[in-house]
Order: sequence, then structure tokens, then C-alpha cells
Amino acid sequence: MLDKIGIAKRIAQEVQDGTYINLGIGIPTLVANFIPENINVVLQSENGLLGIGPFPEEDEVDADLINAGKQTVTTTKGSALFSSSQSFEMIRGGHVDLTILGAMEVSENGDIANWKIPGKMVKGMGGAMDLVASADNIIVAMQHCSRSGDSKLLSECSLPITGLRCVKKIVTDMAVLDVLPEGGFKLLERAPGVTVEEIKAATAGKLIIEGDIPEMKI
Amino acid sequence: MINKVVANADEAVKDIPNNAVLMLGGFGLCGIPENCISALLKTGVNGLTCISNNAGVDDFGIGLMLKTRQVKKMISSYVGENAEFERQLLSGELEVDLIPQGTLAERIRAGGAGIPAFYTPAGYGTEVAEGKETREYDGKMYLLENWLKADFALVKAWKGDTSGNLIFKGTARNFNPMMAAACKITIAEVEELVEPGELDPNHIHTPGIYVQRIFQGKDYEKRIEQRTTKLK
Repeated sequence: MLDKIGIAKRIAQEVQDGTYINLGIGIPTLVANFIPENINVVLQSENGLLGIGPFPEEDEVDADLINAGKQTVTTTKGSALFSSSQSFEMIRGGHVDLTILGAMEVSENGDIANWKIPGKMVKGMGGAMDLVASADNIIVAMQHCSRSGDSKLLSECSLPITGLRCVKKIVTDMAVLDVLPEGGFKLLERAPGVTVEEIKAATAGKLIIEGDIPEMKI
Repeated sequence: MINKVVANADEAVKDIPNNAVLMLGGFGLCGIPENCISALLKTGVNGLTCISNNAGVDDFGIGLMLKTRQVKKMISSYVGENAEFERQLLSGELEVDLIPQGTLAERIRAGGAGIPAFYTPAGYGTEVAEGKETREYDGKMYLLENWLKADFALVKAWKGDTSGNLIFKGTARNFNPMMAAACKITIAEVEELVEPGELDPNHIHTPGIYVQRIFQGKDYEKRIEQRTTKLK
């Protein structure tokens, strides 16, 4: 099983040179730490920044420079600042190459639920619905099962949907899976120490297994 | 040259009536009109509808106006981080309309740009789409969303001149420029107010035509929600 860092490290391997990427809050934010030096990417922040840099030094902290998680950040060389409407024009217009975000549930046809749990506090969708409706390439980072042990990879989402048929790939603590256009989770890799049988048992939606499933290289 | 300067925040907001619809700039606590919010706490105006991406935190930003029960309705994309908000929402004292962030930004932009509605893919197939017209373009489904306008915009800029031209800093720009354009009366508070000619016209983010009142704010706290620094 992978921890959060492991999931972030595995997703970092998916990052292509020369791309613009939007990272969601949580595990996705950690991905930035593991992108290899020779891979040049630009990170987009929905609140109006292309080129998110590392966290600032104590004496560099600027209240006017935050990321979508409201954390203080810096800008990289060659960064650009803009309004919220221009930020979502970039997102909606399909100019961001890759979106990495967390989820509560994903269905076998790529629907995602990650913004609301009825009966509990509703905090709002923020930019998640715009992102999932527009991005061509969406990778979900999440635990394979909920804290209570229920599978989060389902035939249909039970929670309110954030977007339809949009997730392309999922990296969990147990596996890497593609969501096939015709429906179904295609198992690509196992986490170290995790068996195919364990992944089967933890996946409620349609799981497709072809040939030997290699162990992830982290 | 049109001079739009008012003396201070109290002067700028004094005619905002009960039940007004306001837009307030900011993302989280970044780029919020701190001085105008303080002034509204003093006027005690109530029944307000506030259009703002977030609702502040318990003891800062719009959270302060929630505490004093001046807000009837919030129109936002994300309202976490606020216990008083949660209490009022669950008890039914506060109405809330949650809108996808890009849709919120574009609805406000459309309001200022004279475009009554537009199609967006965000929210299609979700509860956001309930009751809305849908249409297919190039094999993909879209929702019809209407413009948003308001009576007053309260925006915060870094620098401004007496004609109302504004320059923002960092990620404090966010919703401020679109809101300035989408309201009948836009009140801009700036950290530094200068004379016309002192700002390079090439660098203006919001042209003065959108701003009706401007003043130099004071005592900016610029509170940080998540102070993160490099690990030693």
C-alpha cells in the first residue's frame, strides 16, 4: 500500500515535459514536489497565477500571493498573474493540459463526486466543476477505499456528481487504473505488496484485468 | 479629468441601503475590501445579499458581517472555514447559493460586459444544472447561465488614481476587476492613491470608467489564512 507521498510520487511519473498543470488541494499539491528536474512544467492556480513557485522563506511571505488552498506561495521566473475570469477561461478553453484532483467517488464510466456529502456541511464546489467539465486529461488521486472500508471505485457514484465521464486515470494507495471510454476500470499496476485479489476485493465497479499486472516502480 | 475621490470608507458606503445587493472582491482573504467591510459594520445596514467567492473566516472579512447578522444571502463558490456561517446555514437564518467558481466569475464578467447569458460545460449533469436550459455544441453538453449584476461593488486594489484607474498586485486581483464592471456603483479602496498621470496607462488593470468612488484605505491587516513557508 502507498501512503499519500507514494501516490503523489507515482502521479509525478505521469507528468509530461512542457505542460501546464492544475493541481487540486491535498495529495495533488504534493505532486509538485516529485516532478523530476528535467521535466519543465508550469503550475496553474485557479485564483490567478501561472507559475506557482515553492513556499516562501519567512521574510518573503506576501499576503497578496496565495494558491487555491489559500497557502502563501512564491512565483517562478516567467510567471503571470491574471483575474479569476481569465483563469477559468484558460481552464474552460482547454488550455490547461492536465488536471490532478482528489475524489470521494469515481464511477466506472468516469463520473466523479468530490464536492458534497448530503446531510453534512456543504462547503461548495469551488472550481472543481469547471475543471472536470473542461479538462481533457484528468487524473484522480485518492484512497481506494473510504475510512469505513467501502470501495470508492463504483459502478455508479452514490454522492452528488461533480462532473460526468471525465476521469481518465486513477492512482490510489493500491493501484493505477485507466477509466476506459467504453466503461470499466482497467488495472495497470499494483502498489508494492498489494495483490490483484486484494484490488479485486476493494473495487466495487467493473474491474478489467488483462495478463500479468506489474508492481509500480516508485 | 473626473475626480472620484471620497474622504474615507465611511463616506464611500454611507448610502448603501438595507437589502442592497453587493459584490465584494477577494479570494479567501486575499484582495478583500477590508476598509469597506469595517465601515459597513458601523452603518449597521442589514438584509444584504453578498456576492463573493468566499465568505471570509469567523473573525475577518465577510465573516464579521455574518456575525452581526447583516447578511441575508451569500452567493459564493466555496464557503468553508467559517463556523458561524455553518451555524446560520443549518439553522436556516442564511440563504446560500453555491455556484461553480468559473461560472461565478464569468456570470459577473458577463454582467459588466452586457452579455445576458452564455453556455458553459461546468455543472452539466449535476444538481447545479437543475432547471437550466441545456444545449449541445460539437457533441458536448452545455448549460445556459445568466449574467450577475449588483447595486454596489466593493473592490480592493493596490494602487489607484483619482480618476479611478486601478492596478492590482499578485493574486489579489481575482474577482475584483469583473466586479468593478458589473455594478452600478463601484467603490474602490486602494493602498496608495495617486494623481492622474502617475500610473502608467500600459499597466492599468481596471480602467477608471468602471469606478465611481475611490479612497485610500488605512490600517490594512491583510490577514493570511494559511501561512506556509519553506521547511528548514
